[in-house]
Amino acid sequence: MKRNSLPSLPPPPVGEPGRLSSFFTPPGSWTTLAEHRRRFPAPPPARRQPDGTLIEMVERAGLRGRGGASFPTAAKLRAVAAGKRQPVVLANGSEGEPASYKDALIMTSAPHLVLDGALLAASAVGAEEVIVGIALDMRAARAAIDRAERERYAAEPSSARIRIIDVPARYVAGEERALVNLVNRGRAIPPQGTSRPFERGVAGRPTLVQNVETLAHLATIRRNGPDWFRSVGTAETPGTMLVSLGGAVADPGVYEIEVGTTFVDLLSAAGGATERIGGVLTGGYSGTWLRTEEAVRVTLDQKGLSAVGGFLGCGVVSVLPASACGLRESSAVLRWMAGETAGQCGPCVYGLAAIADATESLRAGRADGRVLERLERWSGDVEGRGACRFPDGAVRFLRSALRTFAADIEKHAKGYPCIRADQQPMLPLPLMTRAA
Amino acid sequence: MKGQRQLRVDPIGCTGHGICAELLPELIRLDDWGYPIIKNGPFPASLLDHARRAVTACPALALRITTDR
Repeated sequence: MKRNSLPSLPPPPVGEPGRLSSFFTPPGSWTTLAEHRRRFPAPPPARRQPDGTLIEMVERAGLRGRGGASFPTAAKLRAVAAGKRQPVVLANGSEGEPASYKDALIMTSAPHLVLDGALLAASAVGAEEVIVGIALDMRAARAAIDRAERERYAAEPSSARIRIIDVPARYVAGEERALVNLVNRGRAIPPQGTSRPFERGVAGRPTLVQNVETLAHLATIRRNGPDWFRSVGTAETPGTMLVSLGGAVADPGVYEIEVGTTFVDLLSAAGGATERIGGVLTGGYSGTWLRTEEAVRVTLDQKGLSAVGGFLGCGVVSVLPASACGLRESSAVLRWMAGETAGQCGPCVYGLAAIADATESLRAGRADGRVLERLERWSGDVEGRGACRFPDGAVRFLRSALRTFAADIEKHAKGYPCIRADQQPMLPLPLMTRAA
Repeated sequence: MKGQRQLRVDPIGCTGHGICAELLPELIRLDDWGYPIIKNGPFPASLLDHARRAVTACPALALRITTDR
């Protein structure tokens, strides 16, 4: 649903040559490999020897993962390169977050840059195999990556082998251990045990799992150098980032911004709000709601958001119009999240369902007087008790909703039902699926 | 610290029988859905026998004692 209707690209605030969006081709057109190569040198041929110089460049650039966890990329590269067996690179294009479509966009409109990044990462760690995982509902992205791979297969045969795989369009499928488990055993759910992909991943080999946007940044760092990369962004998280901006704004879409841009600047770049703002969701459905007065003072970087209890995640920013009900939106999201559990861990299966039920009863004005107390307790009881961080994200979302919409919630808790119950929710939700 | 023991539950393996919480209420309580919540941090040596019994009694083989090295 979101995948087939990529919004048209508004001019990004950072259109500087060499940044990601300068590589984006408009829908319907294609940059051939030969054209791409005039701007971008071919990655070196695959070999087993890790490239320490490249890892150093990434380290000096201060690149952090853009998939949500914001982990320093160089540290991951180093850990994978240090393994005894030959590593594998697993490019993560699963984007299970419904409000995010920046990964779909970058794969669709700059597939050669993404593949260059993956191949450069392979040469950094000494891998000769690259796997690209793409969500099944991202057809345009899959077609573009397929086509880009075919062009290379003929023209640049000495590069690492590229294999492209389908990833189920489920939230948890993008979790790195789930993705590795998909390659190994065909099930995109976190496996039992505590193995980490950088130690034991695909076929037991050290595996670099890296978001596709991160890989594209890595390619631009290789091309333009760490100092160029660091010339924008914050000291802690240098560079630019792709933001999926949605909701009550004039021009929703994917924007490339300097990390640390203020929310207000992003909003003006998108033509401003279409009506009074009732709250802002950052970080998607594992992220946090902010009150409008918090949002207008916030910078879009992990540090800036943490200062107000927010979360940047994979760069989702959704603007809630004041005419919408935050509790209704949150209740719909929590119900959807409960259905996205992998179904393996009791606290996640039953806890998220109970939380969704309670939030729903609150919204409908039929909750008893203890519901907030129960939600509070369940949040603590669910957090940290799954095999992956999925339930923690849902709890983070819930807590921020209770905080941000406290005034509304108090009214609902006294028995006033939602007066906008027949309104379509603003936040996008794929078809409900049952637990696996 | 070296030699300190902790109880850990495998969240995927655990099926919520709840026997562990009956045998070892000092360290384990159940959540509203019957799954064990284990007290954070190392446990005292005086509870080692009880902890071992809980581990052995788990029908899902989901409970274990880890020792810091």
